Amino acid sequence: MNNYDFDQIAVEMKGITQKFGSLVANDNIDLTVHKGEVHALLGENGAGKTTLVNSLYGLYHPTSGDIFINGEKVVMDTPNVAIGHGIGMVHQHFMLIKPFTVVENIILGKETHKHGVLDMERATKEVMELSERYGLTIDPTACIQDITVGMQQRVEILKTLYRGADILILDEPTAVLTPQEILDLIKIINNLTDQGKTIIIITHKLKEIKDVADFCTIIRRGKKIDTVKVADVSESDLASMMVGREVSFKVDKEESEPGDIVLEVNDLHVKDNRDIPAVEGLSLKVRRGEILGIAGVDGNGQNELVDALTGIRKAESGEVLVNGNNILGLNPRGILDHKVSTIPQDRQKRGLVLEYSIAENIIIENYKKAPFSRKGWLNFPAIREYARKLVKEFDVRPDDENYISGSLSGGNQQKVIIAREISNNPDLLIAVQPTRGLDVGAIEYVHKALVAQRDKGKAVLLISLELDEVINVSDRIGVIYEGKIVGEVKAEGADENEIGLMMAGGSNS
Amino acid sequence: MLLESIAFLLGTTLMYATPLIYTSLGGTISENSGVVNIGLEGIMFMGAFIGAAIGYYTHSGWIGFLAAGVVGGLFGLLHAVACISFTADQVVSGIAINFLGPGFALLLSRLMFDGAAMTLPLPLDEKISRPLNGLFPQNSFFDVILNRYSTVYLAFFLVLVVWFVLYKTKLGLRIRSVGEHPEAAATLGIDVYKIRYMSVIASGVFAGFGGAAVSVAIVSQFRITLISGQGFIALAAMIFGKWKPQGAMWACLLFGFAQAIVVFMPRTGIEVSSQLLSMLPYILTLILLVVFVGKSVAPSADGKIYEKN
Ligand SMILES: Nc1ncnc2c1ncn2[C@@H]1O[C@H](COP(=O)(O)OP(=O)(O)OP(=O)(O)O)[C@@H](O)[C@H]1O
Ligand SMILES: [Mg+2]
Repeated sequence: MNNYDFDQIAVEMKGITQKFGSLVANDNIDLTVHKGEVHALLGENGAGKTTLVNSLYGLYHPTSGDIFINGEKVVMDTPNVAIGHGIGMVHQHFMLIKPFTVVENIILGKETHKHGVLDMERATKEVMELSERYGLTIDPTACIQDITVGMQQRVEILKTLYRGADILILDEPTAVLTPQEILDLIKIINNLTDQGKTIIIITHKLKEIKDVADFCTIIRRGKKIDTVKVADVSESDLASMMVGREVSFKVDKEESEPGDIVLEVNDLHVKDNRDIPAVEGLSLKVRRGEILGIAGVDGNGQNELVDALTGIRKAESGEVLVNGNNILGLNPRGILDHKVSTIPQDRQKRGLVLEYSIAENIIIENYKKAPFSRKGWLNFPAIREYARKLVKEFDVRPDDENYISGSLSGGNQQKVIIAREISNNPDLLIAVQPTRGLDVGAIEYVHKALVAQRDKGKAVLLISLELDEVINVSDRIGVIYEGKIVGEVKAEGADENEIGLMMAGGSNS
Repeated sequence: MLLESIAFLLGTTLMYATPLIYTSLGGTISENSGVVNIGLEGIMFMGAFIGAAIGYYTHSGWIGFLAAGVVGGLFGLLHAVACISFTADQVVSGIAINFLGPGFALLLSRLMFDGAAMTLPLPLDEKISRPLNGLFPQNSFFDVILNRYSTVYLAFFLVLVVWFVLYKTKLGLRIRSVGEHPEAAATLGIDVYKIRYMSVIASGVFAGFGGAAVSVAIVSQFRITLISGQGFIALAAMIFGKWKPQGAMWACLLFGFAQAIVVFMPRTGIEVSSQLLSMLPYILTLILLVVFVGKSVAPSADGKIYEKN
C-alpha cells in the first residue's frame, strides 16, 4: 500500500467491451492503474471481473477497446504477449500441474536448459532466490498435489515473478485460503509493492480491500460504476456501490426454537486419504429449527466428517442417525433418500457436472422422479420449466437454464447448487463453506436462505472456516479440533477470542 | 535341456516383445500429450505392409523399416488433424484409422503384387541384419537369447531415448504438461496444438516401426494375418506400464513372454489345444486391463478435447 507513483501509469484499459454471444460481459470499461499501486476490482458474481483481467492477460480478445502498458499500446493476442510486457496472472482456479514438482511448475514454458536438456539445479537455485527475495516460502521438490493451497498460491505468484512480471493480476486469491494464510498473503502483497510491483487484485472481501488496496474499481453487471480511493470510503459504501442497494452484514434472525433431534452423530471415527485417523470420536446433535455451526481451523477433520455424513467416505466406526435411522454405510443416494441435502465444499468437483446445462444440474439428484422422467425417458419441457423457475427464484445470472454450468462465474455456480439442494426440501441441510467466493450480496442471500430453512423447522449443519460466518449465522457453535468437538457455545454473544482459543487446541476453562 | 528351454523362451520373448515395444512407446508419447491413439493397430498394419513392400522393391529391409515410419507418421498426422484441429472424438478417429490402415494396405498390396494380399518375401540377406551373429557359438545359450535382429536392440535403445526425452528435457516437460493440464500450459505461452501434433505424429512413426519390425525382421513378408491385435496389446502394455516408457517395456516383455509360451508349448510334447494356447496373450491382456485399468492413473487430460479460446 501507498507505494504508488501518480505520474506513471502501468496499465490503462480504455473502452473494453467483451461479448459472449448475446451476453455483454464487459461494457465499455475503463481502468487506470499506477505503477506500484494495489488496485482492487470489486463486483458481484458474474459482474465481469475475471473477463476483464483475462483480456489484459491475452486470454480473451475484447470485442472492442484498447490496452496500454506503460504508455505503449499493446494488442494482447496471447498470454505470451502479456508475459512479454511484464504481466503475470494468478488465476481464480489455479493453473498448476498436479503431478509436477513446485520447480517444474514454475519453470514450465521458460525452462532453464542446456541444448534442450533440463537444468533443474540451476532452476531450483533461481527459484529459491526469488522465493527468499519476496518471502514466498515453498518446498521446491514437493509435488503440487501434496502441498497446501496456500503454498500452491505462492507457487502461482512465483510463476509470474520468474517470468519477470512487474504487473501482477490476482483473481480472488483469498477465496481458497485459511484466515492465517490470508494474513501471510497480505504481507506478501506489501512486500511486492515495496519492490515496485503493481498489483491488480480481485476479491469479494471488503475488509481485504480496506487492508491492502489503494484504489478500487467497482463493476456492476459488466459496467464500470466508479474508481474510488479506498481510504475515502467505508466497507458499507463499497458494498452498496457494488450491489446498487444497501447490504446488511448482520444476519437478522429470531431466537431459535429447537425441536426434535434430526441428526445425531455418536463416537464417529473416520480416516483420511492417507489412512490416518481424521475424525476421532466425534459426537454432535442437530435439532429441527436450529443451525449448528462447526468452527475450526482447516484440516481438523471437517472434510472427512462431511464425506462420512454424505456417504462418500467409509467411516471406521460410530453411529450417524437421521430422524432416528442409521445412515452410516448407505451410499450417497440412500442418504439423499433420508432427506439429507449437501452444499459441498468443492463446487466444481462435487457440486456440478461442469459440462451439463444449469437445468441438467438442477435435476441431477431427482431425474428419476416424475415429472422429470417417465418410464425412463427424460421429460425436457418439465425439466426446463422447473429449472427456469429456480433460476429466477435464486437469481442465477445469466437467467438461462440452458447455459452450460462451466461457463458460469464462480458465484453463480454456487447459486445453482444452493437452488438444487434447498428445493429438495431436506430435513437436514449440510452446508460446507457455502459462501466461498461469493460477493457480499450473494452471501447475504445464502445466509438468509439458511436461516429460512431453519425457520421452516429444518435442521442445518454449517461448516465453515470463516469464524465470522459461523458466529453470525448459527444458533449453537461446536468447535472442532483434531477430529473431535472440543467445546460448544451459544452463538448469541459468543466470544470470538474464546472460540479462537478452542480452535487452536486451548482449553475451554 | 532346461537351459536350452530357458534360452529359447527368453530369446523368443525378446523377439515378440520388440514390435509391441515400438508401438507402446508411440502410445506412451501420444497419451502423455493428452491424445488417445487407438489407431495404432491400424497404423501398425500399414507399417507392416509398407516395410515389406518397400523393403522388397529397394532390396533393403532398413529402407522398408524407415518408410514404414514415414507412412506411420502420415497416419499419425491424419489422427492429429482430426482430433486436435477439428476436435473430433479421439476414439472415433482412432477407429476410423483402424479401418483405413488395413484397407489401404490391402488395396496397395493388390495393386503392387498382382492382386495378392501378401507381399513377395525379402531374401534373407536383404532383411534387417543380425549384428551379433557369430559372436557366440551357434545355438549356445547366449546365442539363442542375444543373437537378434537389429530392430530388437533399437527398440530397447528407443525406450531409453523416449524416457530421457519425456523426463529430462524441456520438450518432455512440455509434452507431459499439455497432457495433464493444457489450459495451464497455454497460460504459460506453450502452444498446446503444436506439442500435441508432434507427439501424435511421433506415435504414428513408432507404430509404423512396430509393424515393420514384424514384417522385415521376425518374418520376411507381409500377410494379412500378420498384425492381429498387437497394436491393442501394445496399448494395454502402455496402460499396464502406467503410461511410462520403461513400464510399457516391462509390460511388453510380459506379453512377449506369453507369446513365447505359445510357441514353446508344442515343443515340450505337452498336449494343449493350440487354439486355447494362442488365446494366451489376449487373455492376459484382458486380465491385466481389468485388474489394473482403474488403479493406474492416466495423464489427467488424456482423451479430453482441448479447444483454443
Ligand atoms: N468463456 C465464456 N463463454 C461464455 N460466457 C462467459 C465466458 N466467460 C465468462 N462468461 C460470462 O461472462 C459473465 C462474467 O463472468 P466473469 O467470470 O467475468 O465474472 P466475475 O465477475 O469474475 O464473477 P465471480 O466473482 O463469480 O468470479 C458471466 O455471466 C459469465 O457466465
Ligand atoms: Mg471471477
